[in-house]
Amino acid sequence: MSDHDEHDHDHDHGDHDHEHDPAARRTALRVGALETLLTEKGFVQSAAVDAIIRHYEQDIGPMNGARVVARAWTDPAYKRRLLENATAAVAEFGFGGAQGEHLVAVENGPRVHNVIVCTLCSCYPWPVLGLPPTWYKSPAYRSRVVREPRAVLREMGLELPESVEIRVWDSSAEVRYLVLPEQPADASGLDESALANWVTRDAMIGVGKPHAPERR
Amino acid sequence: MSPELAAVRPGYDLRVNGIHDMGGMHGFGPVVVETNEPVFHAPWEGRVRALVSLALGSRIANVDAFRHAIERLDPVEYLSAGYYGRWLGALELLVHDWRARGESLETGGADTLRAVATPARFAPGDAVRTRNLQPTGHTRLPGYARGKRGIIARVHPSFVFPDTNAAGLGENPQWVYAVRFDAHELFGTGAEPNACVHIDLFESYLEPEPSDV
Repeated sequence: MSDHDEHDHDHDHGDHDHEHDPAARRTALRVGALETLLTEKGFVQSAAVDAIIRHYEQDIGPMNGARVVARAWTDPAYKRRLLENATAAVAEFGFGGAQGEHLVAVENGPRVHNVIVCTLCSCYPWPVLGLPPTWYKSPAYRSRVVREPRAVLREMGLELPESVEIRVWDSSAEVRYLVLPEQPADASGLDESALANWVTRDAMIGVGKPHAPERR
Repeated sequence: MSPELAAVRPGYDLRVNGIHDMGGMHGFGPVVVETNEPVFHAPWEGRVRALVSLALGSRIANVDAFRHAIERLDPVEYLSAGYYGRWLGALELLVHDWRARGESLETGGADTLRAVATPARFAPGDAVRTRNLQPTGHTRLPGYARGKRGIIARVHPSFVFPDTNAAGLGENPQWVYAVRFDAHELFGTGAEPNACVHIDLFESYLEPEPSDV
């Protein structure tokens, strides 16, 4: 095997995973053309692109929202502030920014279950939940959860009795929603940082419930 | 709105009842959940994500024009390109539009919160009905909620009006309300029991509805 072959082999990983797929190559070319143009116009620097990618991959995610929920479970005054003005309450953690400028927290209870969607695009509270998962952006979720929320939740593993009112929130303007789930009974007595491990992304969208962290 | 939109922005597409307006549609099958999903599935997705942030931050277009650009994609492309493929196609459209109008930048701020001089027309508990608006261009009144009766659940602040802002016709800020609709009002007798949908709607989408009580 020549050095050249090894070089090609290396390129089968990471950035060049899709290099041999014609459609993926076309997409990469289109992205490259846009980036070149926007760089020439002075709007884009490569380092800024890398920093944004890093931000969304590493800095934000459901671990942020989990800390908010855990504090609301353990601190009644914080919970009141969260339900009164979620934007200000999550800012106490330093969370905020794009798609988190106008947050509303909706509280689940024994008779009420909230679930979030954006039927028109895929609006989502980035600063507290990170970028949305693919299913949240899928036509299936966006089309169905407003019409048949119980069926969708059941498919996703959450069976709710008819006595529980389901409130779907279609975030069609600039307000972004965060579900405040109920603290599980078997999570009583834990401190805030331990509780944060119980809070899942799905529980804060409303398609799941908090549960004990899986043992590693 | 009217054909003058097409003159405002070269290439402006008037479609509104598009494939993006998915609420209540049938036929898309089960919700497929990917386990241990990465934030980006390919490096180009992250780059597109960042390019859109930087381009909108540089004011080549506002966020409403960006959302409308996604809606202007061919419906087959919309369904097949995936989320970041749609972002890529939309950014190409916006760059094209920006060059076509002489590379002028937007003047509005990044945030969309705007004070209005008039008090909110509706209060929590008020009965309203959505207008049966079928505007040409962009709107945030979903098709499944047109001409429907609801109750004001929350009064949000006032925001830039996407319908005009997307087309460069001004910010026209309005009060926004979370309106509660019973599932049966939206989806008829076959709707699931004990369910409702809250939709965030701009004031001009709503008219007062005579209340039964």
